[in-house]
Amino acid sequence: MSAIDPSLRYQRREQGLMLLLASPAVLVIVALVVLPVGWLMGQSFYDGGFTLEHYRRIFTEEIYWRSFLLTFRIALLVTMLTLLLGYPVAYAAAHARRPWNVLILAFVILPFWTSVLVRAYAWLVLLQRTGVTNQVLDRLGLITEPLALVHNELGTVIATVHILLPFMVLPLYSTMQKIPRELMLAGASLGGGPLHSFLRIFLPLSLPGVVAGMTLVFVLCLGFYITPELLGGGRTIMISMVVSRNVELYNQWGAASAVGVVLLVCVLAIFMAVGRIIPLDKMLGQK
Amino acid sequence: MLLIIWQLPPSAKSPFIVASNAACGDGFTEIRAAEGHVSGASTRHKTDLWHDLKSVFARASQPPLYRDGRVQMAESGGERVEIRSASKIYGSVRALDDVSLDIAPQEFVSLLGPSGSGKTTLLGILGGFVQPSGGSIHFGGRDVTFTPPHKRDIGIVFQNYALFPHMNVGENVAFPLRARRLPKSSFAERVRGALAMVDLAGYEERGISQLSGGQRQRVALARAMIFEPRLILMDEPLSALDKQLRETMQIELRQLHKRLGATIIYVTHDQREALTMSDRVAILKDGKLVQIDRPERLHDHPANAFVASFIGEATLLPVRRIDSSSVALGGTVLRTSRPIAPAGDLVLAIQTEKLLVEDGTGSAERNRFSARVTDIVFQGESLRVFLALEDGSTLSLRQPSHYEAASRIPPIGQSLKVSLHPQDTIIVPKTGG
Repeated sequence: MSAIDPSLRYQRREQGLMLLLASPAVLVIVALVVLPVGWLMGQSFYDGGFTLEHYRRIFTEEIYWRSFLLTFRIALLVTMLTLLLGYPVAYAAAHARRPWNVLILAFVILPFWTSVLVRAYAWLVLLQRTGVTNQVLDRLGLITEPLALVHNELGTVIATVHILLPFMVLPLYSTMQKIPRELMLAGASLGGGPLHSFLRIFLPLSLPGVVAGMTLVFVLCLGFYITPELLGGGRTIMISMVVSRNVELYNQWGAASAVGVVLLVCVLAIFMAVGRIIPLDKMLGQK
Repeated sequence: MLLIIWQLPPSAKSPFIVASNAACGDGFTEIRAAEGHVSGASTRHKTDLWHDLKSVFARASQPPLYRDGRVQMAESGGERVEIRSASKIYGSVRALDDVSLDIAPQEFVSLLGPSGSGKTTLLGILGGFVQPSGGSIHFGGRDVTFTPPHKRDIGIVFQNYALFPHMNVGENVAFPLRARRLPKSSFAERVRGALAMVDLAGYEERGISQLSGGQRQRVALARAMIFEPRLILMDEPLSALDKQLRETMQIELRQLHKRLGATIIYVTHDQREALTMSDRVAILKDGKLVQIDRPERLHDHPANAFVASFIGEATLLPVRRIDSSSVALGGTVLRTSRPIAPAGDLVLAIQTEKLLVEDGTGSAERNRFSARVTDIVFQGESLRVFLALEDGSTLSLRQPSHYEAASRIPPIGQSLKVSLHPQDTIIVPKTGG
């Protein structure tokens, strides 16, 4: 007598099939992510033999830890700015009627279809010394000297905020749009004025979106390369630029790998810390 | 990472249940101690006196409905509600069409109608979430048509409860107190009192997700009445509960209404629920008020065919007027002691329980006719017997399922003699009021 429940066997076959279907993707990930990252890890400990020299230099040489500090500072600033700018946009999109909500989201998502490079150059055109912004301000008589809007940290922040804004708006929108409308109606009917109801009901319920958006933006910002390279004017050296310089200028693969590993560890640590507050799947928008 | 989030919001159908309360004093000047309340009589007397004085001198003060965690009864806390020619037009749809309604203080009125009848729109207008296109709303004589919801002092119980998921039971119930910036020191006791009132004493610390549907319903009720509203609106508050719990809650709501003394406006599409709980039932159809009356009057004196079909378990059959006291149903002449409209199409509304199987007893004046049994459905305490008349029109009756009664029903296909008393022979106009 077979002890196996037929339904169980069926279930197992189903699971096997699913695994088979997923295998090409798994193979690609192993080939393109797991192996290179492993190789990277190996490189970072290697300089003609096992060594911790690369890591020692990261923590002792000024150029490295300054760059790390700058990167984290910019990431934090960008995160705060995208939150301030993105929250009202997401709120409007979540509350507008059709077709306005679609329109708002379309404008948020549209820039995604444009290359980051193009957008960075566009900002350069807008912000440079003889750029549109300075010219307009000059004509209006508001400034006598052109403002230094680009080739510095400010330029990097402006463009990065612009590029990362959708990553803030979309998780926020996704969370807000799931907050039942009746909750705010209930708040009002129970005597809560608009501000009271917002602070006590809407804001707390939108926090998962806030945390998700902040995490995404912060983590993405840590690894930003093209934008600071183009708009930072060589003075705003973020950590990804340190990596590229190590490889391109000095051919120091070990040093570059070590920086990459440290960055990766930082990102994973952030995700794990945040993951303790809200589960990752919730953060990515699936409830 | 983009994948995430491109979903459009679900079309926001917003069910409203609202309870409202005019927070001030005069309704609660008389506070009667709840029966069985056994604290020191003399101290309580003093406290009551103090509250009476307070409400005389400061009408805005809020004498407590609860004391020592127990419920005190309010003698007259109900709000008079007047709806004058309220209309709401969405695009080309008249969701509400010139509805006028006067609701007395402490009355329990149900708004009954099929979906799309305008009952939810009307509730939204009362709650302040929907601006009427025309007409006005008055609470206790004061025009509140354009008063925002948070200033209306109405307790609202929403269809899906609308409890705040990030707050525990106690915080949910205390929300109205916090919103009114009442002293925090009074919260714990009032929350305890409100929860005791809905049989949830000691549930303060529970999370909302830990509660059953019935418990959530009770929390929503406690939250809607903790600020002693003089008007409570409820939007199908029991529709998510199973049948048995629903029936228990109906009775509880009735009793709660008596204890609170608030005016309650209750939206439902369940006619039985409306009949069970209400002092009066307003029947809405296509945005119009068709009839408002006491439950038994609705049942016995429906204004038209729609009301007759909506209330009870009626079969509607077209009839021809013969004179002022009789009509013809096919070839059968039926006498009625009810007035018959002088003109227009008429229908006969036969409630299943009023059509009796003829057993040779019964008064001579009964209308008697024969019909063929087409089906017999066993439904527990009763049988529903489907009948066909000679002209093919069908009707049904209900017969108790006990042996003697059931054995009077012949097998399917055979003929059955039935009778209908002239008092139960309800003739209504096919349309209009």
